[in-house]
Amino acid sequence: MTEPVVDMRGISVEFPGVKALQEVDFRLFPGEVHALMGENGAGKSTLIKALTGVHRIAAGEVRYAGERVSFSAPAEAQAAGISTVYQEVNLCGNLTVAENILLGREPRKLGRIDGKAMRARAAELLARIGLHIDPGSVLESHPIAVQQLVAIARAVAVDARVLVLDEPTSSLDADEVAELFRIIRVLRDEGVAVLFVTHFLEQVYEISDRMTVLRNGRLVGEHMTAALSRIDLVSAMLGREMGVLEEIERRSGTPGEPLLVAEGLGRKGSVAPFDLEIRKGEVVGLAGLLGSGRTEVARLLFGADKADSGRLLVDGKQVRLTGPRAAIEAGVAFSSEDRKAEGIVADLSVRDNLILAMQAARGWARPVPRKLADELVAKYIELLDIRPADPDRAVGNLSGGNQQKVLLARWLVTQPKLLILDEPTRGIDVGAKAQIQKVVADLAAEGMAVLFISAELEEVVRVSDRVVVMRDRQKVAELDGEVGVDDVMALIAGGGDHGVDQGVEKAVAS
Amino acid sequence: MKNRLLWPVVALVALLMLNVVVTPSFFSVRLQDGHLYGSLIDILRNGAPTLLIALGMTLVIATRGIDLSVGAVAAIAGAVTCTHIASGGNAWVAMGLALALCAVLGLWNGFLVSVLGIQPIIATLVLMTAGRGIAMLITEGQIITVNDDSYRQVGAGFLVLPIAILISLAVLGLVALVTRRTALGLLIESVGVNPSASRLAGVRARTIIWTVYVFAALCAAVAGLMISSNVSAADANNAGLWIEMDAILAVVIGGTSLAGGRYSLTGTLLGALIIQTLTTTVYTIGIAPEITLVFKAIVVIAVCLMQAPVGIRVRVRGKQGVPA
Amino acid sequence: MITPEVTATATAPGRPRGGLVNVPKRFLPVIATFVVFVATFGVGSVRYEGFASGQVMANLFIDNAFLIVLAVGMTFVILTGGIDLSVGSVVALSTMIAASALQAGWPAWLVVVTVLATGSALGLAMGWVIHRFGVQPFIVTLAGMFLARGLCFVISVESVSIKDPAFRELATGSIELPGGVTITYGVVIALVTVLAAVYVLHLTRFGRTVYAVGGSESSARLMGLATTRVKVGVYVISGFCSALGGLLFSLYMLSGYSLHAVGMELDAIAAVVVGGSLLSGGVGFVIGSVVGVLVLGTIQTLISFEGTLSSWWTKIVIGALLLAFIALQRIIVRRT
Ligand SMILES: Nc1ncnc2c1ncn2[C@@H]1O[C@H](COP(=O)(O)OP(=O)(O)OP(=O)(O)O)[C@@H](O)[C@H]1O
Ligand SMILES: [Mg+2]
Repeated sequence: MTEPVVDMRGISVEFPGVKALQEVDFRLFPGEVHALMGENGAGKSTLIKALTGVHRIAAGEVRYAGERVSFSAPAEAQAAGISTVYQEVNLCGNLTVAENILLGREPRKLGRIDGKAMRARAAELLARIGLHIDPGSVLESHPIAVQQLVAIARAVAVDARVLVLDEPTSSLDADEVAELFRIIRVLRDEGVAVLFVTHFLEQVYEISDRMTVLRNGRLVGEHMTAALSRIDLVSAMLGREMGVLEEIERRSGTPGEPLLVAEGLGRKGSVAPFDLEIRKGEVVGLAGLLGSGRTEVARLLFGADKADSGRLLVDGKQVRLTGPRAAIEAGVAFSSEDRKAEGIVADLSVRDNLILAMQAARGWARPVPRKLADELVAKYIELLDIRPADPDRAVGNLSGGNQQKVLLARWLVTQPKLLILDEPTRGIDVGAKAQIQKVVADLAAEGMAVLFISAELEEVVRVSDRVVVMRDRQKVAELDGEVGVDDVMALIAGGGDHGVDQGVEKAVAS
Repeated sequence: MKNRLLWPVVALVALLMLNVVVTPSFFSVRLQDGHLYGSLIDILRNGAPTLLIALGMTLVIATRGIDLSVGAVAAIAGAVTCTHIASGGNAWVAMGLALALCAVLGLWNGFLVSVLGIQPIIATLVLMTAGRGIAMLITEGQIITVNDDSYRQVGAGFLVLPIAILISLAVLGLVALVTRRTALGLLIESVGVNPSASRLAGVRARTIIWTVYVFAALCAAVAGLMISSNVSAADANNAGLWIEMDAILAVVIGGTSLAGGRYSLTGTLLGALIIQTLTTTVYTIGIAPEITLVFKAIVVIAVCLMQAPVGIRVRVRGKQGVPA
Repeated sequence: MITPEVTATATAPGRPRGGLVNVPKRFLPVIATFVVFVATFGVGSVRYEGFASGQVMANLFIDNAFLIVLAVGMTFVILTGGIDLSVGSVVALSTMIAASALQAGWPAWLVVVTVLATGSALGLAMGWVIHRFGVQPFIVTLAGMFLARGLCFVISVESVSIKDPAFRELATGSIELPGGVTITYGVVIALVTVLAAVYVLHLTRFGRTVYAVGGSESSARLMGLATTRVKVGVYVISGFCSALGGLLFSLYMLSGYSLHAVGMELDAIAAVVVGGSLLSGGVGFVIGSVVGVLVLGTIQTLISFEGTLSSWWTKIVIGALLLAFIALQRIIVRRT
């Protein structure tokens, strides 16, 4: 076997009050795809950041291409040939797509940046990963998934010896994932070492050659992917047998009366007017490609964006389309897909984040009693298994998956009538994902209506009683009863008249 | 937060020590006619307006805002009161008028920031500029002197301790109580850290922003009354001049970030005391007036460096080869 | 590595096509400021005779050349999300150094170099403290403001007039433009500064990193950009611009005085913000700041044309006009 290109030995990383990594060994060989596995908060991102010089290493040594190194800034790791996509999209939203891809290595003519060449080069790099957007457009005008692809384009734009991808696929559709994997394979065959983090087991088995499993900041083991079964992998990650992944039972009882009725709701340039009905105790899935309008529908229903046509009834009463507060008062809750910008309040504690929505509803003069807050926090930390289970820790210091759980809990404590979840399981580990899906099912069983949005079709189909399909910013169909992934897929892809049971498709005129 | 307050405390103690070394009687406080006198009491009394304004500023800054107009508002409060008293009005009515007018000015700032969405620094700059003009308009460009005993109490009166400092401390206690016992503090911080997430969580960001600007203006008004009452006169041009800078300085020395979010009222108290002690020190140790500002700059930098998040830590670097 | 072969994968249906509304949107505040500026100028010319002359326009530049230079430096700082409160004091210090050095008989070129070096060094020191110790820019530059002002008093508390022939020559000399309009050398220097700034901000790596740091400093760092150099660099630039502005100001006043330019930092900040930059960083243009200065200048011109205002009405009117500008700008930006 060849020498490892990255060889980390006995790595420990500490944060005030947490030992994020303890004596972890990690090797990465050229020409392999190596999956780094572990639950939320296991220390995957920390290991990556220790390698690239973002975090300081308390103990242990890093060898890169045979030499001992200690990068003190990401720039040094990058210059040495380690190209990284970090977990949260870490780009500059105020700059153009082209700049985000090429910043720091722009084509230059006589010392000045050659804008035209830059856009051309960016377009080329975007095309390589199958993304066709205007390189001159401002990054923050694109949805999170596109931003993630742009970050990947940036990482593969250089001749790197090591490519690190921390949950690059968490918001991508099947198509984009396939495209990304194609590129990863090309790179691997050229001898690049690829480090890959994901919570999708299928993807791990599809792409990786070898994996390293972490648990609670410690190394559990390094395995060849082919030699480790899924069951073994999951129990290695969780440190116990996998019990929660039981099949979600389909509820037999018929859903109650309509809770939410939208009539001709729409917004110019965002979603064409659509009708939608959600019943009490029903989980409605919203499926569609990136940019098909699924997030926009959710935002309209909640008033995060203002609708300019149509009306909305909750429980038979018309809701003023004035903004989130009106929706919240009517009993609607919404957890945004953009966790960093629209979800967590990073500097505040887990407790404060958790009771924020409840507190906002009560108004400032009636604080949530400390005792009640503690009870709620304890309950949801336990129910959703939020780690570390410390209510006073700033939420910004939690791992991505745990932040997501805090957000879910924030809305659950308000006991809404309708819960809109936009990508609630993004970046969440297998165990927790099953937990969340189960929580959703239980809530529905208790009579709550849920609108569930996810890029992962299997998940949408599994949790939903009914699936609404979006395409090109229009609602194109509603599928009832026993829905299969393939049915939805056909509709999403367009030309859905074939192969789909006409009986369940209610095409919406627009 | 706790240990970030350590260095401001150290700085304050150091300044006081410096004074004791130069003037051994610095700490002595005497009771005379039921009033406390002494250098320490002077520091407290002279620092009262800055502390008061800094309290309002703390909440504004916690919402990611800033209020440059407080000095002008203070001048307006003094101008209104003195003009009313000078034209034969009752002192209490005059002060009531001043507070009401300043509350309106606070509403105005809040309107520009929260409804029109104008950046706070520029929104309040409008009133900072125009406010002095308004104050001069009220006094018609004159320095109005008054002779009213009940008015003089506000700035120069004593209830064992100077009344001014009692007022400021009472407001401090009140703010601490209100923000920490109700959910106001939490909501203010959440709006300051992440406005869009707060909006989606249903926080009434607009009302909160509005509230803090009104509160800041009221604090400024009371401070303005203290300043003007202390000299029994209203000087539209110079009353509260640059006090906004001192207030902001006090807030930041106290560890509250101008980027909004977590704030510390205790920190602000310490910050205001440090600034006032500094000013007093300059006189007591007889620093030449020409280099007063240089001295001030050095102390400010020293305090900030001590509590800097990245201490004087030297990063030990290993060999950083870029392997071929 | 990957050969630069372009894979022509078909765009999936329904993928959002970027750039529908975005590109012009960035320029909107600047355009809005410009429109408002033109409108006010129009109002002025209808109301006052002789307002709409080329010379009034030229005077706008002459009277505000130093402010333009300051605003340019301030734009760099604000784009990174920082702020520089020291500029007014550095202007005063520069006039003081220039006047007293000239009085002491230094050659003019040496004076210029000394002043520029002092300003840049002060900027470097502030930038270094901000970056190295993570102290908030507001505080560091406020201390810088005290320091520079204090040093003025140390040099002299009196006003020192400038009698150096070279300086006087520069100050009084004028360039005639077609149409009989004259401008000073100061205007030329200011405009060259603006052009240089535009070049640096938009066509160099340093400039783009300035925007990146303002957009998200942590991202910029993770992207491996030279954030340190930029974060310190912008304060050096601002210090340099303040010193240059100070030189222009000393030409304009022909004196050095400790109490020159009190509160001018607020004018510079106001100009930048009125010009459409966000104090949170990452958004704005130098040209916007220049228009911002012209807006402030126009307000002053309107006041002087009005002529009979008492000093307090002047202040109120300035505030009101400032407000009108910002409000109009907001309306234009929101409508579109
Ligand atoms: N900056 C920080 N300060 C304090 N604690 C931190 C910080 N970053 C991470 N941690 C803690 O370190 C631990 C490991 O976090 P890390 O982000 O590496 O998890 P992860 O394996 O990437 O999880 P996920 O799958 O959710 O992304 C967690 O307990 C987290 O709370
Ligand atoms: Mg992670």
